[in-house]
Amino acid sequence: MMRHFLPRNMLIGAIVPVSLILVWQILASVGFVNQHILPSPFAVFIRWVAYLLPVEPFGESGKSWILWALSGELITDSIGSLFRVAAGFLIGGGLALPLGLVMGSSPLAFSLLNPLTQILRPIPPIAYIPLAILWFGLGNPPAIFLITIGAFFPVLINTIAGVRNVDGIYLRAARNLGANQSTLFLRVILPAAVPYILSGVRIGIGTAFIVVIVSEMIAVNNGLGFRILEAREYFWSDKIIAGMITIGLLGLFLDMAVSRLNAHLLRWHRGMDQ
Amino acid sequence: MGNPHIHFNHVSKTFGRSLREIVALNDIELQIPKGQFVCLLGPSGCGKSTLLNALAGFSLPSSGSIMVDGKVVTSPGPDRGMVFQEYALFPWMTIEQNIAFGLGIKGLSKSAIQPIIDGLLDKLGLKEFRARFPKDLSGGMRQRVAIARILALDSPILLMDEPFGALDALTRRNLQDELLRIWAGSGKTVIFVTHSIEEAIYLADRIIVMTYRPGTVKADIMVDLSRMRDPSSGPFNELKRELGLMVMEEQQRYDAAERTVTGD
Repeated sequence: MMRHFLPRNMLIGAIVPVSLILVWQILASVGFVNQHILPSPFAVFIRWVAYLLPVEPFGESGKSWILWALSGELITDSIGSLFRVAAGFLIGGGLALPLGLVMGSSPLAFSLLNPLTQILRPIPPIAYIPLAILWFGLGNPPAIFLITIGAFFPVLINTIAGVRNVDGIYLRAARNLGANQSTLFLRVILPAAVPYILSGVRIGIGTAFIVVIVSEMIAVNNGLGFRILEAREYFWSDKIIAGMITIGLLGLFLDMAVSRLNAHLLRWHRGMDQ
Repeated sequence: MGNPHIHFNHVSKTFGRSLREIVALNDIELQIPKGQFVCLLGPSGCGKSTLLNALAGFSLPSSGSIMVDGKVVTSPGPDRGMVFQEYALFPWMTIEQNIAFGLGIKGLSKSAIQPIIDGLLDKLGLKEFRARFPKDLSGGMRQRVAIARILALDSPILLMDEPFGALDALTRRNLQDELLRIWAGSGKTVIFVTHSIEEAIYLADRIIVMTYRPGTVKADIMVDLSRMRDPSSGPFNELKRELGLMVMEEQQRYDAAERTVTGD
């Protein structure tokens, strides 16, 4: 599971990015590219640090040391973006999970709701932007609405598939051991569907993360998506890239956290312990 | 013999309809007394598993009925514990939780369940695996857990659907001996499906040989060999030869049918 983090593998993994940054730095240093179009990695790094550090000097606002250290723009933006992802994902996933369980286990519910699901599912969350602004105005509500939609369908579709694909032999074994409908559902169908549900969660969080950046470019005035669009207004390409790298790192950490959770919840699963 | 414990009362079972109809079981009439170890023997497609599933309550007869202690079987139940060839352990539960599953449903308290589980883990040599998941166990160990899961419920009837079919020969013999030890003196009735003639003779009090489609009783043979049977002994092999001829006849009918199906 943690094989990527062995020192040797980390060293090998660093070769390509480090060489790329070196080439980029050389090209920028010799003036091969206009620094407004593509600033040097060093300039990006300087900008990234400035973005990370608090704006005002310590003591001026009377904040505690920790609050001051976390008052940099990058931190506030990241917290803002992660909050929207969390809120949207919890609402979307929270609605999709019970609905998916019902649709997966009841043929009637499936026949009733599946056609609508199939029509709505291919509509990208981005296409809801005009309606989202019309319905919710500006600020967090439309952004969270869009993320909710982005997270909803992956969780729904995977939950339905998970319930419908439960191996019949488990159901037979459980009934043979005396299980009634509710035991069957809670102790057999639900845990058997967990691998599917978790892969829905992973896709859902990934989608939520994409949607949050887009929605921040439209509806709110903080967050990582807002910041890189704002930087474009001033032609601060170093800040655009610093913001993009932050988005990449945050996405990576989020995915690593989900994958840790997966590994724990699926420790019983075959192929989980290589 | 008194009242039969299990009574297959003119049981028939058909699948599909009209032209595609397959008669899996045709008018099976059998009475099985309590405590008997019965093997259902026959080639693929002879309906032996269908008969077992009907008794388990998974798939009821199309006509006729199955009675257990005078009551008609209408649904699955823990009085007829089943061991499947595919183990069918719940992979998300530990070994201990798998064995406790049926007991929890029965409504037993934790403190009542624990000694039963401890006893079974001990009896089947599973102690060190109690907190492991099924994926960590070999096939033989998994099947031990599946047997323990049924024994926990103390089912008077054990249904076994080719339980050792996927195991290697040595593990298989081990588990056969273990099953005989558990069964001896327990008073439990065992209905054991197999296509291995040797396994049937090694285990059974009584062997029911079934015909290929439609499934009927071809022969009903009592095995009069003393227990801890020696598969290399003369009488064992005499019976093996006799049964081999019968099963081979049905196997040839199965092969012929397979050829016409693939031929059209």
